[in-house]
Amino acid sequence: MTQAPPAPVTEAPVLGAPVDRIDGTAKTTGQARYAAEFDHPGLVHAALVCATVPRARLVGIDTADALAHPGVLTVLTHENAPTMRKSPSPGLPDISTMATATSVTYLNTDEVHWNGQPVAVVVATTSDAAKEAAALVRPSYEPLPATVDFQAALPDARPQKRNPFSPAGGAKGDAEAALATAPVSVDLTFTTPMHHHNAIEPHATTAVWHGDRLTVHECTQTIDWTRRRLAHVFGVPVADVRVLAEFVGGGFGGKGYLWPGTVLAVLAARVTERPVRLALSREEVYRTVGGRTPSTQRVALGSTVDGKLTALVHTSITQLGRIGGWPEQVTSQSRHLYDAEHVLLRQRQVELDALSTTTMRAPGESIGTYALESAVDELAHRLGMDPIELRMRNEPDRNPLGGTRFSHRRLREAYALGAERFGWAERSPEPGSMRDGRWLVGWGVASAYHPAQMFPANVTVRLFADGTVLLRSAFHETGMGQPTTQAQIVAHELGVPFEAVRVEHGDTALPTGPPAGGSMQTASLAASVRAACADLRRSVHGLARRSGSVVGRQRPADLVARDGGLFGPDGGETYAAILSRAGQSRVDAKVGSDTGLGRVTGQLRFAARMVRDGMRWVRASTGAQFCEVRVDPDTGEVRVTRWVGAFDIGTVVNAKTATSQLRGGIVMGIGLALSEETLVDPRTGRIMNPNLSGYHVPVHADVPELDVAFVGDPDPTMPLGVLGAGEVGITGVGGAVANAVFHATGRRVYDLPITLDKLL
Amino acid sequence: MKDFAYVAAPDVATAVRAAADAPGARFLAGGTNLVDLMRQHVERPDTVVDISRLPLTSVEETKSGGLRIGALMRNSDLAAHPLVRTRYPMLTQALLAGASAQLRNMATVGGNLLQRTRCPYFYDRATPCHKREPGTGCAAVGGFNRSHAILGTSASCVATHPSDMCVALAALDAVVEVEDVRGTRRIPLADLHRLPGDTPHLETTLAPDELITSVELPAPAAAPSRYRKVRDRASFAFALVSVAAALEVTDGTVAAVRLALGGVAPKPWRAVEAERVLTGAPATEESFRAAADAELAPAVTLDGNEFKVELARRTIVATLRDLAREGSRA
Repeated sequence: MTQAPPAPVTEAPVLGAPVDRIDGTAKTTGQARYAAEFDHPGLVHAALVCATVPRARLVGIDTADALAHPGVLTVLTHENAPTMRKSPSPGLPDISTMATATSVTYLNTDEVHWNGQPVAVVVATTSDAAKEAAALVRPSYEPLPATVDFQAALPDARPQKRNPFSPAGGAKGDAEAALATAPVSVDLTFTTPMHHHNAIEPHATTAVWHGDRLTVHECTQTIDWTRRRLAHVFGVPVADVRVLAEFVGGGFGGKGYLWPGTVLAVLAARVTERPVRLALSREEVYRTVGGRTPSTQRVALGSTVDGKLTALVHTSITQLGRIGGWPEQVTSQSRHLYDAEHVLLRQRQVELDALSTTTMRAPGESIGTYALESAVDELAHRLGMDPIELRMRNEPDRNPLGGTRFSHRRLREAYALGAERFGWAERSPEPGSMRDGRWLVGWGVASAYHPAQMFPANVTVRLFADGTVLLRSAFHETGMGQPTTQAQIVAHELGVPFEAVRVEHGDTALPTGPPAGGSMQTASLAASVRAACADLRRSVHGLARRSGSVVGRQRPADLVARDGGLFGPDGGETYAAILSRAGQSRVDAKVGSDTGLGRVTGQLRFAARMVRDGMRWVRASTGAQFCEVRVDPDTGEVRVTRWVGAFDIGTVVNAKTATSQLRGGIVMGIGLALSEETLVDPRTGRIMNPNLSGYHVPVHADVPELDVAFVGDPDPTMPLGVLGAGEVGITGVGGAVANAVFHATGRRVYDLPITLDKLL
Repeated sequence: MKDFAYVAAPDVATAVRAAADAPGARFLAGGTNLVDLMRQHVERPDTVVDISRLPLTSVEETKSGGLRIGALMRNSDLAAHPLVRTRYPMLTQALLAGASAQLRNMATVGGNLLQRTRCPYFYDRATPCHKREPGTGCAAVGGFNRSHAILGTSASCVATHPSDMCVALAALDAVVEVEDVRGTRRIPLADLHRLPGDTPHLETTLAPDELITSVELPAPAAAPSRYRKVRDRASFAFALVSVAAALEVTDGTVAAVRLALGGVAPKPWRAVEAERVLTGAPATEESFRAAADAELAPAVTLDGNEFKVELARRTIVATLRDLAREGSRA
């Protein structure tokens, strides 16, 4: 064991500062390039032909007109596509199998599994020619029996298979019996529709083969997983596949896995021996990339007359495709939020002849909190109790299931902070009692909750003789500001100016980074960056000792990293001075290994840590969402007019980007509450609003100023005290809006979205 | 998008000649609807006649005290025009309630008149649609029809006309001027759009090569007026129900009323029956409700759009109530 490294200064203003994004100028001036913007000599374009029937066998496919279209190079179908290998189902030990979105071997099968499955790829010299020719391909189908209606399939629901990050159920005592005898109770059923991510950048792939070596520019949240899946599917060594994604235009879970467009672009490049770009239209994203499952949920609560919960029941049914899908942890927050004496949580699923459902911002909690927090609000109403007071009376000291400790829990503080900023004390409790002219005014509140976990992260931190620092790690910038945040952490850990730090990311040629998912990137990287920086300080001290620097004559424990160097009571030197005296051009520190063995070790360590940490602590970001709505009493139109979100995300590394993350979550939550719904025709399984005209995300006019506040208390068990900010913002929003609508109108809406027809 | 012949017309004569010479040709103005439909392969014209450079972009006062509006005037320019804002505020409100700022900067008056329904089944070639392909069926009945029409529909089509501007024009008794190689003619707005009947693919009374050159508004009435649009989000959504109304009240009695509805019918819907009931009646909420009920009595609903009857009733009543209050303050 080497001795402890010199410590970073504890009060470095760079940590937490609202630093502007490193790449802000590049993005706003169009210099930042995205997957569909990479040109290669001889680049050609691909377009998909998607099935228009739910389940069928292809009995023929007429490509003559398409092939005759000017500019068309080839049309790939199940009749002529080369064989690819099937990607294994998601599972351990290889965590990259998580990226297997479906079990379908596209173009290697005559089976159609969902309405929208690609059945052909057209490659042409221009994008227009490819798209027009795609419209000229005529598949013939023999229909097969298909189950596509979620509501109709509910009676066939089966227990949910466990997802690797969250249990599918849980119980304590006898909740149904406690419910039956509870002095006050509610027993409610909620439904939520399918949702789609609608990242501003539609999915795109640019694929180039050089012999058996593959380079892919891809918009993905998981470049390492994408590389490994592609290597498998195309039967080439992982080392020969390079995936780049320096900038991604939003993901929200929709770019976490290997969807057909990516595979087929790479296939098209392989066959044509030309660089191929496949940029999906918005409609093709809907047809070939999964969305969030619809759900039906039961929440039943029993309590004493003074509001102590005796029973909490939360059950869910969600949808998977027969070909795959993400088992959604709808009851996740219900394991942790309330100290009920008896608890029953159960998750079931139905499998449809539909595209795999997938992760979408806070899978589980975003829709789970809507149901749970609506039920809590209803119980408060029936008890005649303030809904915050009811929550505080049931705030647990330890996790309600199993008694595990919370790593820290600041939900009370979040409520106190939010209530103060919102002016909650002025609320008149009676529904329909607050007005502004003719508008009905309602105030609602709900808890936000998202678990905090970590992925493995390999990083290299390189200190140069000029005092600048380079952080290298194949992590992702999907809009959250991660390079900026990590540069701040490096600057903090090494005591160098923020401007002295450069960051390289989004390229599998770099040390393997964590996926951008599960709100895990910042903390995952922070752990490794801190370790690497500590290593670096140790190395510099060693150099200083060997080269006779004043720094080397002091004990590491007496030194701090600041002002671009190491300083102690007897004086100090800048890194540049130390390196130059030692004749070193640079010093590297690495965390993690990208060798085969190193990778396995890393994964085992990751799995062991996940299990160990899960037994020791329940860790989560939490928050309190406060919403004001105005409802038109004539038309039922709902407008959100005020918002306060008070969050505990542990340490806030960058106040500006963290606030933006949470605001983005709230905006998405307002959409979930009021307007977003993927319309899947129950007769055909076909999505009928695959565009931003028919799928109503909130527009600017739907969103008021969003006041985001932080409790700001570091989590003692997480690196730098960081929890996660990417998803907690959307949780609780549906509940807060629904509760505000109830307060305004006396009408509780049990099925999302809360459109005006439900309030007439 | 299919390849097509492109003709850039320098003047109206060339434009209508080009259209007459190429059956199935489409006029291209702002392109906000036509280009979308071409991308979706719903419209597949062999010839596109670009009329965007024609000098039909002015607003002129007519001898009778009204306005003549060039058919290529952009929606945003028309909404902002001082004579429109001051004399026909309902039209400005309707224009600004439509689409987004970017689309309004492109979309023209003529194109807005001829825009096609946003029924999702019409847009999707994978589903049957009598309007897109006569004789194939209607997937909206039995499918998603929450946004569909409740008045003037037929067994073959339940799609709505999507325009906001046209609803105001219907209330204002606008007249459309058209031209083809044979000459010019004037069509009252009420007669421009057809009801679907058995031929939902025939949406207007225009001949295929007739070009809309201007829209004429009669002299404005003094009555307070308003355009009220009800939709699923605050902006950039089509109307579930909209109401264009002008109400003149004298001594507590309705002296004159103009009422048109959007979002409920295959064409901009002049509420003739409601106007008849209201005229001469006391300007009370009861009268407004009776008038709405009379107009909506023939409504035929589907699984998803039943709420539109109640929503239309409430929106009509609320709009008239606001106008009556405004009028009494004046």
